[in-house]
Amino acid sequence: MGLRRYLARKTAWYLGALVAAVILNFLLPRLIPGNPVDVIVSQLGRGGLSSEAQQRIYEDYTRQFGLDKPMFQQFIAYVVAIFHGDLGKSFAFFPTPVKSLIGQALPWTLALQVPAILLGWIIGNVLGAVAAYKGGGWDKSVFTTSLLFSSAPYYCLAIILLYLGAIVLGVFPVGGAYSLGTSPSFTWGFITDASTFYWLPFLSLLLINIGGQAVGMRSMAIYELGSDYVNYSRSLGIGDRKMTTYIFRNAMLPQITGLALSIGAMIGGALVTELVFSYPGMGYLLFSSISSNDYSVIQGVTLIITVAVLVANYLVEVLYGFIDPRIRAAKSGEK
Amino acid sequence: MSQVPQADVLHEVAEPAPETPTGKRRASWRSLNFGPRMWVSVTIIGLIVLFALLGPLFYPYGSGLKVGSLYDEPSAAHLLGTDNFGHDIIAVLMQSTRNSLLNGLLAGTLAVVLGVVIGILAGYTGGWLEELLMGFTNIVVAIPSIIVLILMSMSLQHTNIGFLKGIAGLALVIGITSWPWTARAVRAQASSVATREHIDIAKLSGARTPSILIRDVLPYLASYVVMAWVLQLASAILAESTLSMLGLGPSGTDSLGMELHWALAFQSVSTGAWWAFLPPTIVLTLISFSLLYLQSSLDEVFNPRLRRGKKKNLAKAAERRAEMARQLAEQNEKVEVLS
Repeated sequence: MGLRRYLARKTAWYLGALVAAVILNFLLPRLIPGNPVDVIVSQLGRGGLSSEAQQRIYEDYTRQFGLDKPMFQQFIAYVVAIFHGDLGKSFAFFPTPVKSLIGQALPWTLALQVPAILLGWIIGNVLGAVAAYKGGGWDKSVFTTSLLFSSAPYYCLAIILLYLGAIVLGVFPVGGAYSLGTSPSFTWGFITDASTFYWLPFLSLLLINIGGQAVGMRSMAIYELGSDYVNYSRSLGIGDRKMTTYIFRNAMLPQITGLALSIGAMIGGALVTELVFSYPGMGYLLFSSISSNDYSVIQGVTLIITVAVLVANYLVEVLYGFIDPRIRAAKSGEK
Repeated sequence: MSQVPQADVLHEVAEPAPETPTGKRRASWRSLNFGPRMWVSVTIIGLIVLFALLGPLFYPYGSGLKVGSLYDEPSAAHLLGTDNFGHDIIAVLMQSTRNSLLNGLLAGTLAVVLGVVIGILAGYTGGWLEELLMGFTNIVVAIPSIIVLILMSMSLQHTNIGFLKGIAGLALVIGITSWPWTARAVRAQASSVATREHIDIAKLSGARTPSILIRDVLPYLASYVVMAWVLQLASAILAESTLSMLGLGPSGTDSLGMELHWALAFQSVSTGAWWAFLPPTIVLTLISFSLLYLQSSLDEVFNPRLRRGKKKNLAKAAERRAEMARQLAEQNEKVEVLS
């Protein structure tokens, strides 16, 4: 019963958040004084177009993007389009659909992020638990290094790694995701080529994720070490190995929620990491569309990222519901 | 029989010098137990602040002065060379650090104030107001703040309102997107404080709600608020640099993020011009590291359960307890002999 209630409540919250995110995503860019089309047309104007041509382009764009209709109708059209999987057309690469630009970028980001987050979470938690249990010099060194890695902004570590790995040592390529002249395909040659470009950005993300998780796990495990069940089991003469598993399982629960919460916070830094390595993922797409004032692409990217983060958070929370025995056993949901 | 002397001994041990106020103060300071971590982080932060505030007074070049060409190598006149605009790197670094710190201070404070106000109101009053405020907070927490930041600072780029164009506008946007964490944690604490007895006494004596919130609830959250503020400072500084690197920074203003933005835009990493990208990278890392280190040491000061006692101190404490027990036993023996 408890589990069903928990799941229903979480589903309701995340649906609410999704609606709010879609509204924000629609509304915020439209708060800009003037409208996107003004900016585009004024840029075209610099290119030396006649004012008559500008006027025609302006009207065409306005109609194309539905900006001549009232706000509410625009919103309805926007939502309907989203449900049809239509994210509009790029301003900068007119008439390329935003969907296909994102389709090219998204796999790169996923290939980088998903393994870095999962591996970082596992390694970080084990390290943190061991540091807390062993104490002493081991604890001090692990804690300080983890804190350094987790507090170093993503892109700072990325820049330093890029400089050391690619310029000073010259082992790794400077940027990009594959050699010039090749095109993405599922052949062995391409995958080995891409993997030489993959290591540096992957490592920089992984190290920071490990650091963040280890710091959190360490303080959770220290907290557990002082609790009654640990003292009781110790007095019963239960061995170290068994005890670590007890502590680990108990300190784990908050770390799972921690994972859900950190995904949203990580995304910003991760986007800039792609920028540092010129990795052709969502972050790079976002950057290039910001510098070319490509509003429809920006809006598409932010929407996809938001939805991805919400879905990831939701899955982790559902998983939590199945893992935490208190939720399964609870007669009524806690507040 | 033996109870009277026993109590006496305990009393003596617990309060060594209750008569002088200095002794009392020393005891309460000692309980704060500032570790070496605290001093390390405070020193780093202090040095960075001095560098940013006092540096420009002594440094011969201004940050907007063109003194060389694209990426001049470090020389005797310009210890860290020049950036892509031909400005002296050290001068730009001072100005950038100052702006980034200022941004962090404004945004972090705004976020903490918003978070504390919303959290205390929700936690203390409870009922429908709590449901409403926390529902709102939960939704805002779920949406990644960087997305809202990107969308909002895009409109800042084209605003006509003067003061929003620079650091202040960015700080405002960062502040109003980063309060939900603080609000959530403050609510949890405030609602536990709200059930304590001193609140009932304050209510009975006719105190109004705002005064109860400020005088009877807030002091109990003070330690938490200080730590949240330190974290918010760090995250606001990082948020600024993230936005700036994406090209959404305050145009025409120096900041650590803008420095990195230009360094990347002008290919300083691949051309090996380390003096352009390393200084802002190092300063950003130091600021963020020392603030987080400070926060974790404050956490140990305020939350003794996290403190890992030094082995030396633990041994001392054990000795002291053994000594106490021995005295107690002697006293008991004496009492028994006497009776």
